[in-house]
Amino acid sequence: MKTATPNDAWHPRRGSWVAVAIAWTLVGIPLAWGIYRTLRTALKIF
Amino acid sequence: MAGLLAKERIIAEPGFNRWLVPPAALAIHLSIGMAYGFSVFWLPLSRAIGITQSAPGDWKISTLGWMFTLFFVFLGSSAAVFGRWVEREGPRKAGFAAAFCWGGGFFLSALGVYLHQIWLLWLGSGVIGGCGLGLGYISPVSTLIKWFPDRRGMATGMAIAGFGGGAMIGSPLADILMRHYATPTSVGVWETFVTMGAIYFVAMMCGAFGYRLPPDGWRPAGWSPPAQQSAMITTRQVHVSRAWQTPQFWCLFTVLWMNVSAGIGVIGMASPMLQEVFGGKLIGVPGALKDLVGDQRTQVATIGAGFAALISLFNIIGRVFWASLSDYIGRKPTYYIFFMLGFILYCSAPFAGKIGSVPLFVSIFCVILTMYGGGFATIPAYLADMFGTRHVGAIHGRVLLAWSAAGVLGPVLVNYIREYQIGHGVPAAQAYNTTMYVLAGLLVVGWIANFAVKPVADRYYMTEQELEAERRLAHEAATMKP
Repeated sequence: MKTATPNDAWHPRRGSWVAVAIAWTLVGIPLAWGIYRTLRTALKIF
Repeated sequence: MAGLLAKERIIAEPGFNRWLVPPAALAIHLSIGMAYGFSVFWLPLSRAIGITQSAPGDWKISTLGWMFTLFFVFLGSSAAVFGRWVEREGPRKAGFAAAFCWGGGFFLSALGVYLHQIWLLWLGSGVIGGCGLGLGYISPVSTLIKWFPDRRGMATGMAIAGFGGGAMIGSPLADILMRHYATPTSVGVWETFVTMGAIYFVAMMCGAFGYRLPPDGWRPAGWSPPAQQSAMITTRQVHVSRAWQTPQFWCLFTVLWMNVSAGIGVIGMASPMLQEVFGGKLIGVPGALKDLVGDQRTQVATIGAGFAALISLFNIIGRVFWASLSDYIGRKPTYYIFFMLGFILYCSAPFAGKIGSVPLFVSIFCVILTMYGGGFATIPAYLADMFGTRHVGAIHGRVLLAWSAAGVLGPVLVNYIREYQIGHGVPAAQAYNTTMYVLAGLLVVGWIANFAVKPVADRYYMTEQELEAERRLAHEAATMKP
């Protein structure tokens, strides 16, 4: 196991934010669809 | 292959972005969260032979309902049994195993439906899938806590919200697939199981291979632990084998058990409760539920389903909201809010029913459900605060047995009290009042357990020698592996 040094407190690489956006989109789209479907059902109360 | 899954292999390189880990955790939690939505299969499965209506030999819904018991018993048990293994072998191997169990469970269940053998469903989704639930649920917990030492609650809250949200995606997807696959000779369930098993397997594999571990002692750039650390947040480590001997472990076990028991009780009865308490008032006609006819009953049932959907949404919102809030106000105060506010709300629900206020009644349960979800999402950070981050995944796994216990206590209490009251002549609309007071009583027990949580005594912490020995063993294991 690696042991941390002060250098381990790194800043993320600039390009990594693109990968973050893609990863969140991949999980976000189905989640947003699920929330939309749930809200549509839930609105029947009102 | 073993090397590809090894813990040492997934230690992040400098420059890795920690915000890539929560989506990996979400991919797994959103997949296994479908466990909450399995009831979407019961009706079609209850006419698997008769197709249009139940025929002799068809399964009863009550028989199929045993699946939920299996899910939660095996989730809790496998999390407790495999917690140490997950901590030792790392999140990728755990996520990989979870994908095989959960996806494979769907395939075995598909065979069970195809051959019409209920035991294959129980074994496939219930037992094997249940183990996948436990492994998948705990797989990202300690990893996220290590990546987000500055926002432990928020990080685990995001992942655990996925478990609450899985059914929101899975249930409508299953419904669409069953309608797509349905033929005059099939209700389309086994085909749906195969499709969903494949989807979940791929999604979970993506999640497992997305996991990265920070190097030992890593901290976010520009962040350092507060100089004046709260006594309720330790910087030391308690070994999992010693954690369960501490009073703190059992206090937190009780905290989770009581919070979940009360919430599960509400979730199970939400839809019928709204319908029975308000009856015709829900659609603007006079009379109790039993006085309604045909189309009126259908309309009221639709509103009941809407209520169940709404509280499931608040369950998820609460997971992110309360867990994130706990980073600022502390874990113990957060649970105090759950128990005190929860007590007031449970006791107010009968009043809302009595004055006939649907908005007040619905609002009360929406807030209650946020605290149910918040209880799940905040507990990993609470455990990390009390026992340190080194064994938190394994300790969390053991605490999850409280979930299994709550899965028995909550519904049994609610159903037993309701039936007892109705048996003694209490009108159905009022039969829930006593239940609410009993659930409020559970929250008092939880409050006392939370009050009893104090910093762990010195004798339970790992010594420097023990920590060094553990690091050496991990290093040797890493160098021996191919």
